[in-house]
Amino acid sequence: MTGRLILQDGTDLKGESFGYQTAVSGEVVFSTGMVGYPESLTDPSYLGQILILTYPLIGNYGIPKRELWESSGIKVSGLIVSSYIDTPFHHQSTMTLSTWLMKEKVPALVVKDTRFLAKKIRNHGVLLGKIVFRHDIPFYDPQAENLVAKASRKQVTRYGNGRKKLILIDCGTKQNIIRILIRKNVTLYVVPWDYDILKNRLAFDGIVISNGPGNPKTVKKTIEIVKKAFEFKIPTLGICLGSQILALAAGGDTYKLKFGHRSQNQPCKLSNSPRCYLTTQNHGYAVREIPSGFTSWFTNVNDGTNEGIIHSRYPIMAIQFHPEASPGPTDTEWIFDYFLEKI
Amino acid sequence: MQRFQKVLILGSGPLKIGQAGEFDYSGSQAIKALKEEGIRTVLVNPNIATIQTSKNFADTVYFLPITDYFVEKIIKKEKPDGILLSFGGQTALNCGVLLYQRGVFQKHRVPVLGSPIESIILTEDRDKFAKHLIGHGIPTPKSKAVTSVNQAVQASKRIGFPVMIRAAYTLGGQRSGIAHTVEQLKQIVRSALAFSPQVLIEQYLHHFKEIEYEVVRDNFDNCVTVCNMENMDPMGIHTGDSIVVAPSQTLTNFEYHSLRDVSIKIVRSLGIVGECNVQFALKPKPENQTLEYYVIEVNARLSRSSALASKATGYPLAYIAAKLALGRNLMEIKNQVTQKTQSFFEPALDYIVVKIPRWDIEKFKGAEEKIDSGMKSVGEVMGIGRTFEEAYQKAIRMIDLDLEGATVKRLLKNGRSLSQLLEVPTPKRIFAISEALKKNTAVKKLYYLTGIDPWFLYRIKNIIDLERKVPKNIKKLRPDMLRQLKQLGFSDKRIGELVGTTGLRIRTLRKKHKIIPAVFQIDTLSGEFPAKTNYLYFTYNGSHHDVKPFAKHGVIVLGNGPYRIGSSVEFDWTSVNTAFQLKHHKKHSIIVNCNPETVSTDYDISDRLYFEELTFERIADIYDFENPYGIIVSVGGQTPNNRARALYAYGCKILGTNPKSIDRAEDRSKFSKLLDQLDIVQPPWNKFTSLQSALIFCQKVGFPVLIRPSFVLSGTLMRICHNREELTRYIRDATLVSKEYPITVSRFIEDAKEIELDAVSEDGRIITSVISEHVENAGVHSGDATIVFPPQKIFPDAKQQIHAIGRKLALALKITGPFNIQFLLKNNNVFVIEINLRASRTFPFISKVTGIDFMKLAVDSFFRRNKQRVLLNSQNSIAVKVPQFSFSRLTGADPILQVEMASTGEVACFGEDIEEAFLKGELAVGERIPTEGIFLSIQGEENRIEFLHSAKLLTRLKLPLFATEKTAAFLRENRIPAKTLYKIHERKSPNILECFQRRRVDLAINIVDLEAKKEIDDHYLIRRAAIDYNITLFTNLKKAELFIKSVSSKKLKTMPIKSWDEYLIHARLTEK
Repeated sequence: MTGRLILQDGTDLKGESFGYQTAVSGEVVFSTGMVGYPESLTDPSYLGQILILTYPLIGNYGIPKRELWESSGIKVSGLIVSSYIDTPFHHQSTMTLSTWLMKEKVPALVVKDTRFLAKKIRNHGVLLGKIVFRHDIPFYDPQAENLVAKASRKQVTRYGNGRKKLILIDCGTKQNIIRILIRKNVTLYVVPWDYDILKNRLAFDGIVISNGPGNPKTVKKTIEIVKKAFEFKIPTLGICLGSQILALAAGGDTYKLKFGHRSQNQPCKLSNSPRCYLTTQNHGYAVREIPSGFTSWFTNVNDGTNEGIIHSRYPIMAIQFHPEASPGPTDTEWIFDYFLEKI
Repeated sequence: MQRFQKVLILGSGPLKIGQAGEFDYSGSQAIKALKEEGIRTVLVNPNIATIQTSKNFADTVYFLPITDYFVEKIIKKEKPDGILLSFGGQTALNCGVLLYQRGVFQKHRVPVLGSPIESIILTEDRDKFAKHLIGHGIPTPKSKAVTSVNQAVQASKRIGFPVMIRAAYTLGGQRSGIAHTVEQLKQIVRSALAFSPQVLIEQYLHHFKEIEYEVVRDNFDNCVTVCNMENMDPMGIHTGDSIVVAPSQTLTNFEYHSLRDVSIKIVRSLGIVGECNVQFALKPKPENQTLEYYVIEVNARLSRSSALASKATGYPLAYIAAKLALGRNLMEIKNQVTQKTQSFFEPALDYIVVKIPRWDIEKFKGAEEKIDSGMKSVGEVMGIGRTFEEAYQKAIRMIDLDLEGATVKRLLKNGRSLSQLLEVPTPKRIFAISEALKKNTAVKKLYYLTGIDPWFLYRIKNIIDLERKVPKNIKKLRPDMLRQLKQLGFSDKRIGELVGTTGLRIRTLRKKHKIIPAVFQIDTLSGEFPAKTNYLYFTYNGSHHDVKPFAKHGVIVLGNGPYRIGSSVEFDWTSVNTAFQLKHHKKHSIIVNCNPETVSTDYDISDRLYFEELTFERIADIYDFENPYGIIVSVGGQTPNNRARALYAYGCKILGTNPKSIDRAEDRSKFSKLLDQLDIVQPPWNKFTSLQSALIFCQKVGFPVLIRPSFVLSGTLMRICHNREELTRYIRDATLVSKEYPITVSRFIEDAKEIELDAVSEDGRIITSVISEHVENAGVHSGDATIVFPPQKIFPDAKQQIHAIGRKLALALKITGPFNIQFLLKNNNVFVIEINLRASRTFPFISKVTGIDFMKLAVDSFFRRNKQRVLLNSQNSIAVKVPQFSFSRLTGADPILQVEMASTGEVACFGEDIEEAFLKGELAVGERIPTEGIFLSIQGEENRIEFLHSAKLLTRLKLPLFATEKTAAFLRENRIPAKTLYKIHERKSPNILECFQRRRVDLAINIVDLEAKKEIDDHYLIRRAAIDYNITLFTNLKKAELFIKSVSSKKLKTMPIKSWDEYLIHARLTEK
């Protein structure tokens, strides 16, 4: 069965289907990471997006058990690869990628020239697109919507039993943020995006705002909550979307990048030091205006965009990249320790 | 950052198995990086064929042995303010460690730049290093360092069989092996201890995956892993002999990054500044369900793997490592590929590369075909594609053995059964896998037999499955099937074979259906940033081109493909210099090559690089796409030259000599006719389709004769036959002759000198020509010969004859470009043996010793721009080119010099006389001046009489002489005392083997009378034992005589330490 990938600019490419045959539309983005497709596909930050993987061979080691995913299931709307490998071999594999896509009802196409697509998006900026089979559907712009509401959980969950107590605001968190914090021996309350942490009587020492999908400006409730927390100078760590939310809450501003950063090899320079760190990233928006009281913490060496902010007096900080990695290099896991030391 | 004025760089010396062209690449990049910083560079490297020893690279070059003695002298003379040890492989590192331990660096205040030398020493001592790693919580295989056979037996009992034996301080895992029994263990350890004072006995990790990381770290602790690679072959096969893919294919994110973390941890623990390679064994099914791995090796220097990683990713590792050694921060160094980003990043690939080694094991008489933990391959290729199948099948063709892809059976015809071929790894195994899959062998079973991860086996099966679906008739070949075949890397020729037609017809069909490959860039960032890169490959898994053609501004230069016996770094030198010279003619150079060890495939050598096959199909694809001004086939050795005819027929514009002339020179019959017409003498020869007719011919012209089979099957090569019986046996045994495949028989002229004429001609007029002579008489392949310039033993009359023949042939063949003629000289009679209308192996040597830039003249001739003849100035120094052999790595190979080439590399040294130059050359290929004793075994009365003078010279050394019975008797008759030793098979004391084992001798001379009938081949055993016990060995009388003359007349201490400049005399220009 063949399907078609149609982009807003008229690009129309045929591709063999290896997923569920259903039409979807969304924002088309590409990621250049070479490993970790199960982790990427389950990253809630991809909500509303059709993902192109530029590494050409996908499916090599199958799909591991659910405990190793980054969320409860596949979060991308659709998947485009150059070659799909249907003969995985790995001790952790429980099923093929194709079986998984079918189960989760996510469409996927083999479009040979993924490099052409990556270059197109690089030059043009992100494009809306759709995967269609027999029947066409309209384009859909996920950025207008509050995707965080979709990605976040509905109830508070408690993990771990450590001395330090943290709130994790789930804007679509990756599971590895939770895993790492538990490993670092904290009591973790993971709360919905709109959960009013100050009103509810949870005792905690600090807040982590998670990653998540979409435009930070649509997440008004979370911004409000963080704003209040900021007034009390509660120790806070923002990750990815969480970073943008913190910036907005503290009076800064965000903007949309041309085609975002989606890869596992983004170099981030630590301010006032000769040190640079390799990071995993998955974001379409970034902090433009650093809120007053904060300074730039990290900068992207490739394009100079802001990659982190830190308050000059209080333990309030945020990074645009993913210190929890998964997929990608684990070089910045120390950020969690750094934050925990301050509270 | 500290400022340096002058830095000394140690090269790697001659190419040998385990240490080849990759170090020309790394040294050249290092020199480039230093020059950019305004630092003067001094290079020690006797390998005259390298690019790094060319003009415009290092400021000062010493063609001297890379030994502590010579390097210390150079340090004293040059007074550098820093030294780089990590760009010249194990040779440079070992030399550096010795100098450090002797306190030379401290004494002369020369800091070692880059990684701390103590760390390097730590990584080289396997036992200490294992302790270091365990201290950091990093597991290594259970192991024990031992210094005796007894200790080894004890250790193996503790570890449990099977065990792996590795020698410390050697390159490429030399003298390593796997032992399943105590007997095997003893044998391997004994031979390893002959080369290395310490041997490691370690746990054998059966069928573990082998994974490598290339790590870069700067002075500020910034660390990245530029690339990871996965060996398709499991543990147990040396990584140099493994098929390797990049990036890894079967690792999950968790595995990939866990091992990456460990690599970085190791590199930090060692304080590496620059580049480091870390090798892991990874258990496919870990007991703990998560991760079970061992660190098996760390190379704290540039390595073969780092060269491969550089070419696989486009990240110039050696260049970066040199900058880091100077103290730069990774973030300060621009990404040379994008020109926009910087060097602190890890390349993201949107393709896959497959490296396949090139072995030439069958070229070595007696050598074992099995591959294991000791490296045997002589070269490698790298296929790039967007499916594994595409890259893999490309790489198979790139090996250049006429293998059309993964499904060919040709290598499986003779010998072992399929299951043997699967179980015992040899170069043929990958074809046996295809064959087994064709026979529906289950992947699971193949995995069990080979240990190759099923992921790879399924990909190969995919190739087989598609091939099965191909219709037998071209009319039934649908476009979508054709496209699928191309996407899985099938060649037009192979598809043609399957449907019963030619590759050219498939090409036409494919172009009709617009099935043409796309040109993609290797840009390090998978298209995320616009890249200025000129590094390209073709793929059928794509539908757009990343670049626009150069059209008439471009000139294609075909490179040499994989290094192999007979074609090596010398042809990289000729290709690179051609590319450089094209700039002067306002042309963009377009290099085509597929060898990751080369400088020609470096990112900034050409204006455009196609890392591609040198097959007709691919060259024609490139030609079709680029539509260039022309194509050069005469500078990359024999492979490009072989393509001339087909490319010409296809309509390509070949620059230089007309391909019709190439054919006239290469077709023996046509060439012979031409020689007759021109009254040029050649040894009598003819072609025969039966043994009978060959014998009649031999009766007429007389023995010995030289036999050349026309179809080179593995193992059946050129041979000299001395009598009827030998000829009959040789031809019958090998079933060499048939109507289809005639043999060529020519009279072999004994005791003749062999002469080379290297020249450049333009429209049939010679621009320059230079004569050099062989030390050995004819009968030794010219690639194995010791070559002297200027010639010492040729009369002016013969020289004139030789030049005159050169002029006649140039005119008759209307040669434009480089060429080489080989001559025999006997009693002042000159015979022509052959002509090659291309740059020869001796071009870099001749160019560098005469100062005449042969490649400049050759390229100028393509554009008809030579105005003057270039003549030689008189020389007051002598240069000698000495071959490097790698017999020690090829278990069982007979180290005798013969008509088939066996050397893997070369050096050349200068001197005031031939003895000085030759002795330096011999030291540079690792031979030693004897200090213990000398063993002589000279067969044949004539040989003994000729050797007598040398024997007398030897007595000056005042060393004990040992000899076989007859030789000893002869020496004593001539009042030279010599102790008789029993032959090896006699097993009596004092025996030759014993004498070698106990290191009573460090020079062995074994001259055989080729005519003599072979008894038990004790001479072979002597030669082999000499190699196995690392004793300097000579098997050629002339060469042995020269060596004895040199060691008896020269002292190391009195040899002048002079750079190339001090020897070089520039050529004089005269009117044309």
